[in-house]
Amino acid sequence: METILLQLLNGLDKGSAYALIALGLTLIFGTLGVVNFAHGAIFMIGAFCAVTLSRLLNLSFETVDPEKLDFLGNPAKIKTPYVEAWFGHDFGHALIDWAVPLAILFSIPIMIAVGFIMERGLIKHFYKRPHADQILVTFGLAIVLQEVIKYFYGANPISTPAPDAFKGSFDFGAMLGFDPNVIIYPYWRLVYFLFAAVVIGAVFSFLRFTTFGMVVRAGMADRETVGLLGINIDRRFTIMFGLAAAVAGSAGVMYAPILSPNYHMGMDFLVLCFVVVVVGGMGSLPGAVAAGFLLGILESFSSMNAVKSILPGIDQIIIYVVAIIILLTRPRGLMGKKGVMED
Amino acid sequence: MSKTDLTRRGVLRTGAVAGAGLALPTIFTSGAHAFTNEPMGGTVTLGFNVPQSGAYADEGADELRAYQLAVEHLNGEGDGGMLNTFSSKTLEGNGILGKKVEFVTGDTQTKSDAARASAKSMIEKDGAVMITGGSSSGVAVAVQGLCQEAGVIFMSGLTHSNDTTGKDKKANGFRHFFNAYMSGAALAPVLAARYGADRKAYHLTADYTWGWTQEESIAAATEALGWETVNKVRTPLGAGDFSSYITPVLQTDADVLILNHYGGDMVNSLTNAVQFGLREKMVNGKQFEIVVPLFSRLMARGAGENIKGILGSTNWHWSLTDEGSKAFVKSFGTKYGFPPSQAAHTCYVQTLLYADAVARAGSFNPCAVVEALEGFEFDGLGNGKTLYRAEDHQCFKDVLVVRGKENPTSEFDLLEIVEITPAAQVTYPADHPMFAGGALGDCNAG
Repeated sequence: METILLQLLNGLDKGSAYALIALGLTLIFGTLGVVNFAHGAIFMIGAFCAVTLSRLLNLSFETVDPEKLDFLGNPAKIKTPYVEAWFGHDFGHALIDWAVPLAILFSIPIMIAVGFIMERGLIKHFYKRPHADQILVTFGLAIVLQEVIKYFYGANPISTPAPDAFKGSFDFGAMLGFDPNVIIYPYWRLVYFLFAAVVIGAVFSFLRFTTFGMVVRAGMADRETVGLLGINIDRRFTIMFGLAAAVAGSAGVMYAPILSPNYHMGMDFLVLCFVVVVVGGMGSLPGAVAAGFLLGILESFSSMNAVKSILPGIDQIIIYVVAIIILLTRPRGLMGKKGVMED
Repeated sequence: MSKTDLTRRGVLRTGAVAGAGLALPTIFTSGAHAFTNEPMGGTVTLGFNVPQSGAYADEGADELRAYQLAVEHLNGEGDGGMLNTFSSKTLEGNGILGKKVEFVTGDTQTKSDAARASAKSMIEKDGAVMITGGSSSGVAVAVQGLCQEAGVIFMSGLTHSNDTTGKDKKANGFRHFFNAYMSGAALAPVLAARYGADRKAYHLTADYTWGWTQEESIAAATEALGWETVNKVRTPLGAGDFSSYITPVLQTDADVLILNHYGGDMVNSLTNAVQFGLREKMVNGKQFEIVVPLFSRLMARGAGENIKGILGSTNWHWSLTDEGSKAFVKSFGTKYGFPPSQAAHTCYVQTLLYADAVARAGSFNPCAVVEALEGFEFDGLGNGKTLYRAEDHQCFKDVLVVRGKENPTSEFDLLEIVEITPAAQVTYPADHPMFAGGALGDCNAG
């Protein structure tokens, strides 16, 4: 029982990341009809927004301390962050400590801008082209983006810790009356799950309860008719692209303490997220979220030793096996709608 | 109407002339090149095959810096670095055998096929007489095999699998870096002394040649001191989030987690293990401990604070105070502004050792170089007295047991040396079962 509960918890945070990326992918596909393979790169850029803000806050000036020596035996240069000098040690230190959550505010305008530039600069030229062309161009864009990040940040993962207040873990099992020290869950993963729930809720509310959202939903259902009513649907769809980029970007920011960001993390997530979208049903937002969590949890269960001892290597293929079964039994995915990608 | 005079004598004469003409180039070439890529002009070309893209690109960049420094020193530029402290005094800073050292580089991408292709290109197109580098055992084994076939020397870079000088050893290949067996032999006594002899270990292992040999080596060394191995779990390369492999550890009675991971996998699995509170956990009345048998400072940087207090082993560290290490750190630090990594060190040393062997042999012929390196004893290159054992082409030298530093004084000051394990303690017989299954064979000069 403890094992199942623990793997369920484990699956939730991974599933949260899948759901957030898949949500953005589905939004873009549903509105613009574009299969965006560069979406994983947006998640990665989000994580590097956290790295960048952390580095900006750590920008330091050097003072020579004749008492200490550096590795070459010269007087050591002591680095003091500007923020600590400007705002006092305590506040400056707190700013640096809270770099990751603060990076969400930092990342939103950047990610929206990245989304706009991507959509207006490149992807809009491919709206009327076949899906294969869209996949090729966005895949190429993803590779360009990750090489740019590698050029500036290097190839090794970069440690980006959570604030001190959220370091460590809590004994979830003891709270539920199980043996202590068996079901341990890190605070930051709980924060990530709650964050994902809030973002998913906000996106759904936005689409459900605002006029803007209503128009977008109408456009997703019948773009031509909405256009004929005199509404500039293209502009709204561009904004949705920016919004999808912001969702994936903030998912990347918050994931940085869980997985030290590296340049290829986007690609690692992207393929799985496409499976998530297909399993959930192309164009279905609730389907993407449900499939994200479902596959995250299944992946977690399949890496249990008990399961692996019966089916070795199952943890590597479980997602694809489930995808095959679902697509065989429900060709449109869990919540797919008729007519999407079927013309 | 034409008439042809076909006589027996005429055919024979024409045939003899044509045959001689066809054979002529072969006669010349076979006489001119006694071995693959024999340097003919005033220069000699070395091939530096390092990961310039992919997950180990940062290590590759540091290796390349070290190679460039070695070339400078061999050509008599700069301050000479370890040439001043090297016990062999054959090298005079005038290139190798008077030929100026030039180099070409290739990108292994940390993929065996890409590494072989780039090595092949450097040998066939650029005329490299020696190939060196790499940051993965899979790559080292693949390129070593290629160099053996091509008839050039391979001086491996960072490769830690027992197989490189075990079942996959080759006469043309040489390894200065230590191996998984040595890590186990050096680490186990320190682990037993600090954590006690009654411990239960749980292994998470990268699922490829290096991971397997390290798991085998560490398990054997710790079991010999009384530890019990509770479980060995293989994890796929680049798993990303290791939480689903870490959490099952909580449900066993293991009190030590051994992470046979390197690079990004090490950073992620260690970070996950710390996040799941393993280091604060008490099991069997003992403090839970994590061990990372192969440490790298470049990788440690990615793990940030999580490496504090964690024990591991390393081939070399810039904080060593012997004259060789100091000279190398000074040269490297002055040129690049930061201290060298262990990968940089082993690559620099390998280049010097190759050049010295050529100088002592008086020839670039791979078979002469093999003979000069086999059984060669040297000192002054940062690891104390070292032997290049003839039987398996493995260097035997002191091994460093290190620990993540609690209070680093700079961004480079991440590891502290706990113990310098003497070479005798990590030396094993050439026919040790962990290294069985292969043969050096004969050297190949092409």
